[in-house]
Amino acid sequence: MYEPKMELTPEQRDILNGKQGETMAKIMETIVMFGDMFEAPRLVKVTHDEGHLVTSFGIGILKPIFSMMDTIIGDDIHAKGKFTVDPRPYDYKNVKCSLLDKLVFSKVLYSQQKRYEEQLTKVGLRDANAFTCTSYLPEVGNIPKKGDILSWAESSAVVYANSVLGARCNRNSGILDLFGSIIGYVPEFGFLTDKGRKATWRVVVKTSHLPEAQILGSAIGMKVLEDVPYVEGLDKFLGTKINEQVVGYLKDFGAATASNGAVGLYHIANLTPEAQELGEKLLVEQPKEYIIDDAELERVYREYPIMWKNKTKKGNLVFIGCPHLTYQQLCDWTDKIAEGLKENGKKKVVVRTILTSSPDVVNKFKKSDKYESLMSTGAKLSSICPLMYTNNPLTKKKRIITSSNKLRTYSLARYYKDEEILNFVIGKEAK
Amino acid sequence: MKQFKGRVITSGQLMGEAVVSHQGVNTLASFQKAVVGKKKRAVISDQGNQDIYGIDVTDKILCLPITIGSTTGGLVIQTICAMKIAPAAFLFSEHIDSLAGSGIALANIWENSSVIAIDELGKEFLASVKTGDQVQIKEDGTVVIL
Repeated sequence: MYEPKMELTPEQRDILNGKQGETMAKIMETIVMFGDMFEAPRLVKVTHDEGHLVTSFGIGILKPIFSMMDTIIGDDIHAKGKFTVDPRPYDYKNVKCSLLDKLVFSKVLYSQQKRYEEQLTKVGLRDANAFTCTSYLPEVGNIPKKGDILSWAESSAVVYANSVLGARCNRNSGILDLFGSIIGYVPEFGFLTDKGRKATWRVVVKTSHLPEAQILGSAIGMKVLEDVPYVEGLDKFLGTKINEQVVGYLKDFGAATASNGAVGLYHIANLTPEAQELGEKLLVEQPKEYIIDDAELERVYREYPIMWKNKTKKGNLVFIGCPHLTYQQLCDWTDKIAEGLKENGKKKVVVRTILTSSPDVVNKFKKSDKYESLMSTGAKLSSICPLMYTNNPLTKKKRIITSSNKLRTYSLARYYKDEEILNFVIGKEAK
Repeated sequence: MKQFKGRVITSGQLMGEAVVSHQGVNTLASFQKAVVGKKKRAVISDQGNQDIYGIDVTDKILCLPITIGSTTGGLVIQTICAMKIAPAAFLFSEHIDSLAGSGIALANIWENSSVIAIDELGKEFLASVKTGDQVQIKEDGTVVIL
C-alpha cells in the first residue's frame, strides 16, 4: 500500500484504503503518487466536471488501457461529468483508403476501436459527436470558465484552456485525465497554483508582420520547453480582444508550443485573460529573454527536417486542420481555395486535400453556403485525427504536406506555410 | 568516476549502459514506431532528436532533462513498460515532468513495473554522462558514472 506524502481528507483516505473497492483505490493511488512527485500538498476538487480525454484510438497494442477500462466498467465506475475525447483515427467516407489501407486500419492498427468506443460510452462519453481535439470551441461547448479546475489531457486543449480561457489544468497524461474525472479531484501543483502560472520567459516578438502561428509557437516551444512564456508584441497584430480570428490563431500557436516543446500555459501581453488582468506582474524577477524577429522565424522554419526519401518531389496529400479548424478557419480556407482556383483558371484542387474539423463545426458548416463551395473544389472535409491516420505504415509512402507543426512533429509530413500550402492546393507555381 | 545524487521516484539498483538525450525526449515521437509496430525492441523514432534517434533503448538507462510533447506521453510509458521494451531506468537531470510522472505512476501501480526513475540529478550530470557509458544506480538515488 502506497503511503501518501500529501494531506488527504478522511473521504479521500477511505477511497485509498479501499472502502469504495480495489479499483477506486488504485485510481486514487495513481493520482496521489503522481501528486506526491510534484510535492502537491493536497487534492483539490475538479470544478468543471466535463472532462476531455486524449486517448480516442483503439490501437490494439495499447492493451493496458483496454483492460483498465474493462475493470472500471466491471466495477460500475463512471466519470462525474460527461467528457469529450480526441478525434477518431480514420474516416473511410471522407478520407478514402484502399482495401489494404482499410485492412491495416481496422484489423491491425486500430483493431480495438469499436470496443474502445463502447468502453468510453459506458464510462461517460458525451455523445457520438464528442470526438475532437477542439472541445473548447463554442460549437462543441465543453468550455471551462476562468479559474475552473480541470482534469483534461490533449496538449493543445490544455494549453488553450489554461492560456486563452484562464482555466487551471496541468499537462495531464492520458488515463490520468480520466482518473481525475472519476475521482473528482486532482493534485494541487503547477498550473493550479498562482506561482505555477508565473512566466519565467519574456518573449519579445519584433517581426515585421503577424508571424505564422505554427512557426512562432514552434520556435517558442523549442526554446522554453515546459516553461511559461510571456509574449510581448503580438497584440500589435492581434489586437486586445479575443475574437474568432484570434481564437484560431492562438489555438494553432498553442498547439505548436505544446508539441514542439512542452508548454502548458502562455500569456500574451494585453490579450489573454491573466495578462490583461495582471500584466507584467505575471513575470518572475529576472526572466530569461527570447527575441524573435523575421530572421529567427525563417531560421526555425528552414531547420525543420524533411523526412521524405525523395526531397525534391511534390506532396500528394494535404492535411489542413491539426488541431481541428475553427468554423471561421474553415470558412476562410474555403474562400481561399475557391478564389485561388478561380484566379488560377482551375475548377478542382490539383492535389488530394483534406480539411479537418470537429463533427459539431462540420455540421454547422454543412448548413452554410460555403459547404457546397468547398465540395465543388474537390477538397474533402473530415473529423479524423490526421496524426492517427499517419500511424498506418502504408501512409509513409504518401508525401503528406501540412501547415500543422504538430502533425509535422509526429509524422513524416512536410511542413509548409499556409500560403505555400494554398499554392500547392490550387496548383499555383511558387515564385 | 563521477557520482551524483538525485531524488528517488521509484527505486532500484542497476548497472547498465547510458543513452543520453540533451534535449527533452518527445515520448510519443520517440516510441511511436516501436509501439505501433509491436516491436520487440524500442528503437527511438523521433526525427527531431538526433541525440538518440535510431538508438535501441530497451533495458538501457535513458538520461534526459525531461520528456516533452503530446499528453499521450504517460500512456506511452505505461505501454512500453507493459510490452517489456522500456528503458530499465529514466534518469532526469531536472524535476520530473507531469507526463513522465504519470507514466511512471501508471506503470508502477497498474503494470507492476520495476522501472527505476530518479530526477533532479542536475545539469552537470547530463553534461558528464555520455551515450555508451556504464552507469550504476543505487537504491538511495545515487548515480555513478563509471
